Amino acid sequence: MANLILETRGLTKSFGAVTAAADVNIKINEKEIIGVIGSNGAGKTTFINMVTGYLKPSTGTILFRGRDITGFSPMQVTKAGICRSFQVAQLFPELTTLENMLVAHSMLSKKRLSIQRPLKSKANVNAAMEALTGYGIESYGDGPVTTLPQGVRKLLDIAMAMVGSPALLLLDEPTSGVAIEEKFALMDTVMGAVNRSGATNLFVEHDMEIVSRYATRVIAFYDGRVIADGPTAEALANPEVKEFIVGSELHRQQSEGGEHAGN
Amino acid sequence: MHIADKTPRNLCIALCVLLAFGTIMPNWFAFLATVSMAKGMVVIGLIVLMRTGLVSFGQGLYYCLGGYTVGIAGKYLGITDAVGILFVSAFVAGCVGALLGLLLCRYREIFFAMLTMALSMILFGMLVKSDMLGSTDGFNVAHPTLLGWNPGPEGLSIMIYSLACLIAFLIVFFVHRYFQSGMGFAGESIRENEIRVEYLGISPRRVIFYKYVLAAILAAIGGSLTALVAGHVDPEMAYWTTSGEFVFVALLGGTGHVVAAFIGAFLYELIRTLAFDLTPYTWQMILGITLLMVILFLPKGLWSLLTAYKTGRG
Amino acid sequence: METILVILIDGVVYSSWLFIVATGLTLVYGVMKILNMAHGSLYAIGAYSAASMVGWYFSAGYVPWGSYLVFLGAAVGAGALAGLLIERGVLRIMYGRDEVIMILVTYGVLLILEDVIKLIWGVDAYFAYQPYSLVGRTKLLGITFANYDFLLIAAAVSIGLMLWAGLNRTRQGKLLRAVIHDREISMAMGINVKRTFLVTFILGSSLGALAGGLTAPALSVVPGIGVEVAILAFAVVVIGGLGSVGGAAVGALMVGICRALAVHTFPQAELFVIYGVMALVLMIRPQGLFVSTTARKI
Repeated sequence: MANLILETRGLTKSFGAVTAAADVNIKINEKEIIGVIGSNGAGKTTFINMVTGYLKPSTGTILFRGRDITGFSPMQVTKAGICRSFQVAQLFPELTTLENMLVAHSMLSKKRLSIQRPLKSKANVNAAMEALTGYGIESYGDGPVTTLPQGVRKLLDIAMAMVGSPALLLLDEPTSGVAIEEKFALMDTVMGAVNRSGATNLFVEHDMEIVSRYATRVIAFYDGRVIADGPTAEALANPEVKEFIVGSELHRQQSEGGEHAGN
Repeated sequence: MHIADKTPRNLCIALCVLLAFGTIMPNWFAFLATVSMAKGMVVIGLIVLMRTGLVSFGQGLYYCLGGYTVGIAGKYLGITDAVGILFVSAFVAGCVGALLGLLLCRYREIFFAMLTMALSMILFGMLVKSDMLGSTDGFNVAHPTLLGWNPGPEGLSIMIYSLACLIAFLIVFFVHRYFQSGMGFAGESIRENEIRVEYLGISPRRVIFYKYVLAAILAAIGGSLTALVAGHVDPEMAYWTTSGEFVFVALLGGTGHVVAAFIGAFLYELIRTLAFDLTPYTWQMILGITLLMVILFLPKGLWSLLTAYKTGRG
Repeated sequence: METILVILIDGVVYSSWLFIVATGLTLVYGVMKILNMAHGSLYAIGAYSAASMVGWYFSAGYVPWGSYLVFLGAAVGAGALAGLLIERGVLRIMYGRDEVIMILVTYGVLLILEDVIKLIWGVDAYFAYQPYSLVGRTKLLGITFANYDFLLIAAAVSIGLMLWAGLNRTRQGKLLRAVIHDREISMAMGINVKRTFLVTFILGSSLGALAGGLTAPALSVVPGIGVEVAILAFAVVVIGGLGSVGGAAVGALMVGICRALAVHTFPQAELFVIYGVMALVLMIRPQGLFVSTTARKI
């Protein structure tokens, strides 16, 4: 019933004597929402970098919808249907929020880049504003990106990644750098938009509350290897995960009273 | 949010004014104006690249190529039709630019700058050692004709001037819209975050390649017009200091608007001509100090003065 | 056989002065990350200072052998002074800007210096042949060489050795190499980077001027020699690797020998060969033959 959308086989990345990721075997089905956890340097971003073509794996294969995309460049990966957002929002600093969105639209559209037709045509601007509205940041439209608060930057980053209606969306720490009070609001917005689009979603997170609230499946990395992979509650209860990543606090709180509401 | 773009209207007015003025201006001024426009075209090509984050220190290569194409066509092939020669020049530059562009699109920053410089110096070296093409002296360029009409020595100056005005108009019109288009913004995006552009499914190298070819063609057209109005070409056109001049003018005018290139070029030629006449031993110093002042106080060029004034008012 | 000898010696002589010119440029880039376009003008200042000093010295009738110290000292002095004025007066105000902008700043300095030279020394050619002819000639395998050219080779080798010793054996040299390697960490370690910049720039300028002073007796000093030398120096530095003194030596040798080869076998290709090699190195190994790459970072 579930369709396989991404599969990695024996994915490994070494930098000389340092192994950033070792023998990662993961199968992701369509429409899944997966939380990826692990301490810093555990291999999470390396994994994303390899899947999205920024790093060439040392060994192993990556299959996207059955197609071998190992060694594809970021550009080819994007065209194939995988988009990502970044830990540090990758935007165009001197352009306005609206212009960032317009650029994303023009680049991800199937047509060639225009050389005379203006980017800021009525149709383009409407489409861009609509996209911004979907993330609740349309009021920041004319402001230069450099003045945006961190939460808005992250949302814009994700909004731009979603422009191409990717089949698979990888979010690298979507709430990092965002104030605690705003994290849940941000995730609500993002998850809402992603659900509407029907994309499969994988997000890296350090915040266990967010992971347990939004992810149906959790993959845990430690020291470059996957140490747990399963439904959220199960994975978080895994003794190794508890020892190396989660710590015992969260589970004590969970056993005391169910889910956390966004305080 | 939408301010109507007055540029096309302003350009048409400017063209009419320039053409009308051309009938009464003295020859020396027409010469100055034509050279300014020709150099301005080279600078516009530079600005296309600078908006993409790349500074070429070798536009002299195509400037020289354009000049010598015109010269060779006239001297050895007997072709004097100005319009025809310009098309040929653009074609030659397009081919060379495409070849070199394939190579250059892989480099950035200082390496791009140095490689463009080296390539232009290669042409310089080849021309200097070429006795057939006059070596360091270069050679004279035959008087151009226009679609069969020979203006004669009296009408030559205004013919080339008018042609330059027309071409400048077309270029400014085209490039202005280009800067507002998807490709235009793609250039700025590459400058600001090349990796993000890759992740948006576009090849930065390919975009840079197209821009480089465009810049090459523009530089060649500028070089051809210079050759026609000066009546002479020499290898100095490909020397690294000539390319440096173009970068200077680009900084002077700024990247804010297409016409800034022409304003910058005109001011540069004016200062150079006047300063050279008045103080032959200090005109370079004046230019050098001007450059330092612009970098220090007007990093976005003279055009930023105009925009600052506008926003200050509004 | 004679041709090979001629090419070899010609090449090494040319390489020698190229090395002395280029080494100052590469040091300045390595430490300050500035590609100094005005380096050629410093060469010219050195050449002019040396030439006028030779002229004055010999007309004043001093002991001929003393001239070497005097005119070379004048060249170095002029270079050091110019370097001090440029660093303090111009560069200090402009620090922190983009690398390519800094190149344009030095281009502005070049324009200024070209006219300063004309204002001080005029546009006539200077000849300072006395030190050149003083040391006489030697005959090798039937070909006559000027001994001055051999002196040039000796000078280049000594300067190379002194620089190597200075950079690797002295404390100041190690501090310099630290700054070349990583400016931020050097600052964090308490190295006075500002003073290092000043010292480096004065050193680089002095070397450039010294090269000019050394070659003044061998050619006519005219306006524009600085501009020609500048581009050659870039070629050498790019080939060897920006920031590497060893690279400057290798680059100088490559350019020198290739040029000598071209001049004696296929003169049409002389300039083509120099810039062709520069372009080739930039294409294949942009950072130069002696410098290692840095990785791209997200």
